Amino acid sequence: MTTATDTTATGHADHHHGPEKGLMRWIKTTNHKDIGTLYLWFAFTMVLIGGAMAMVIRMELFQPGLQLVDPHFFNQMTTMHGLIMVFGAIMPAFVGLGNWLIPMMVGAPDMALPRMNNWSFWILPFAGGILLSTFFMEGGAPAFGWTFYAPLSTTFAPDSTDFFIFAVHLLGFSSIMGAINIIATVLNMRAPEMKLMDMPLFVWTWLITSFLLIGAMPVLAGAVTMMLTDRNFGTAFFDATGGGDPVMFQHIFWFFGHPEVYIMILPAFGVVSHIIPTFARKPLFGYSSMVYATASIAFLSYIVWAHHMFLTGMPVAGELYFMYATMMIAVPTGVKVFNWIATMWKGSMTFETPMLWAISFVFLFTIGGFSGLMLGIAPADIQYHDTYFVVAHFHYVLVTGALWSIIAATFYWLPKWTGKMYNEGLAKVHFWWAVISVNVLFFPQHFLGLAGMPRRIPDYALQFADFNMISSIGGFAFGASFILFTYIIIDAIRNGEPATKRPWEGAKGLEWTLDPKAEYHSFNKPPSRKLIEQESQNS
Amino acid sequence: MEQKKITKGFWIKLVSAPILMFFFAYAMVPIYDVFCEITGFNGTTGRVDSEQQYAVDENRKVEVSFFAMTMGGFPVQFGPKVNSMEIVPGKFYTTSYVAKNNTDKTVIGQAIPSVAPTDAALYFKKLECFCFNRQVFKPHEEVEMTLRFVVEPELDKRIKDISLSYNFFKLES
Ligand code: HEM
Ligand SMILES: [Cu+2]
Repeated sequence: MTTATDTTATGHADHHHGPEKGLMRWIKTTNHKDIGTLYLWFAFTMVLIGGAMAMVIRMELFQPGLQLVDPHFFNQMTTMHGLIMVFGAIMPAFVGLGNWLIPMMVGAPDMALPRMNNWSFWILPFAGGILLSTFFMEGGAPAFGWTFYAPLSTTFAPDSTDFFIFAVHLLGFSSIMGAINIIATVLNMRAPEMKLMDMPLFVWTWLITSFLLIGAMPVLAGAVTMMLTDRNFGTAFFDATGGGDPVMFQHIFWFFGHPEVYIMILPAFGVVSHIIPTFARKPLFGYSSMVYATASIAFLSYIVWAHHMFLTGMPVAGELYFMYATMMIAVPTGVKVFNWIATMWKGSMTFETPMLWAISFVFLFTIGGFSGLMLGIAPADIQYHDTYFVVAHFHYVLVTGALWSIIAATFYWLPKWTGKMYNEGLAKVHFWWAVISVNVLFFPQHFLGLAGMPRRIPDYALQFADFNMISSIGGFAFGASFILFTYIIIDAIRNGEPATKRPWEGAKGLEWTLDPKAEYHSFNKPPSRKLIEQESQNS
Repeated sequence: MEQKKITKGFWIKLVSAPILMFFFAYAMVPIYDVFCEITGFNGTTGRVDSEQQYAVDENRKVEVSFFAMTMGGFPVQFGPKVNSMEIVPGKFYTTSYVAKNNTDKTVIGQAIPSVAPTDAALYFKKLECFCFNRQVFKPHEEVEMTLRFVVEPELDKRIKDISLSYNFFKLES
């Protein structure tokens, strides 16, 4: 990890002060670049841990019958896989990208609240550790699914659930502090000459995401607090005996849950809106419509939550409302997809690795959007709900959506982070390996779901055997692709060719005006209006 | 930095927004209750306080079926006295449920009603019901608990069958 960001490598002796040496640098750091690096390595570790759990799931489902693990452990695997990936991998990875990039992109020397930033990060390893430690407790880890519906998670859950609740509280605190920090940075620390409509889209999407975080994470905290008091202090929020209602848990959860899925995709939209113009060598098509589309998606995401609950016995009027509201989200999302395509239209495109990831993002995320639309049709969802079709849907939007953009961003900005280039040949091999295997892994799950295979089960009827085996083979291949990914990144950090200031010909943005490896303290003097205009996406 | 675009007021808003949203989660509890009562969402049945007069169409018939369940080791045997009734919307009917405590202990329980289809829940009104209060079952006691209800004529004409089910929960024993 130290080699990763050893600033002496590019030798800029003229800086006021570089980082401290040794371990304490990382513990005490308030530097946005250090904290970004910490977040990214944390997320990477969590991807590997969550991925290992996915391997257990796919091994068990390789053939019908119970072969490897017992059903209770299987449920722990699916639950913890979901929790770790959502709260440990995707969200921290985006916060890491935000930390690294936002100050550079708005011409600020650091985040607005650097000390709080240190706290936001260092809470995470503890939360993650507490969550993982439940595996070693009596009754095992949470096994009620990442959505932890009551009463499974209240009346029928093991004692370790209280640790899970505490971990969720900590994770929530961390994200809320991160969100406040990003809002403050963008609004307060932005270069004085930079107007809101000069801001790059990654900054815009993160600003809007921060508002989603502030609105949604406290509701999750409320839900787990009610669980906690229901479990231990005799309240009955979700217990019909005491006048509560378990269905209400689902309303509160999804009031958080649906904004949450957009928290995980809006920054991805931002990343892709940087990469595609760069390699199409054209300005982003429809900059302001991108901003407005992002804002409308964020707003709509608060009023569609019950599309996760079509089968809870809603009145027809409710089903209709939530169906149409859900369909409406496809409009601004479609605007974005068309804008990306229009950006590429007649561009002088080249296909370096970040571009390959970004283009496949557009294509595969859209597949996930379409399956989402199918699920949003209330009468159809009666058939699809809680089947593998849902699993296929959210893995297309989260793996080939959110995760894809994180990998794309890693290749795109790695030169700026490390001053080194990665091995383009190997990176292309990695891309094709990953993109083929991920489709072998998740595409057959659509068919399984349509044929009626339920999700969250360790065993299944014989007619599902073939597609499951194909899916598992894709899963193992996709899992293995992370070995190559790890090698490429470490190889780039250790032995990469030195990068130039602007390694991508068509790249725009203030970050590319910095040293090849961004200075430890950048933009101590805010950039000029002229520079901001030159580097603006809105032109 | 020299510039300061965020005012003190904005800082306060920024910090209080998450706190407010936390309490909003709690506010959803009463909102949800009121919402269910008004809309019959979730099968919540309504109440009437007196035998109101409704416009009655004697030729219209609806079948009401009665169901009973008990939750989590509730030690009392519980079931409807008649399984179903043919009723005319707008008229009041009385029926009853029977419960027998087979244990040596006093058991206290609460019945929670639910009506299907949910679109009927809004029009299923009770004048008298054992579910209004917690019930006390003495050791080995058998009790008959009455229910007086009406299905309002505003009920959608297409609905010909309604199920009413009670789920008994243990409060203490
Ligand atoms: C056009 C946009 C989208 C629509 C119309 C849509 C619709 C839906 C619907 C109706 C469901 C519920 C299916 C069921 O349980 O029966 C669902 C589930 C889900 N969606 Fe989407 N979705 C969209 C985009 C997204 C995005 C962008 C993400 C995340 C990045 C996402 C993540 C999820 C997840 C995680 C679930 C499953 C939750 C669970 O039950 O575990 N969706 N989606
Ligand atoms: Cu949703």
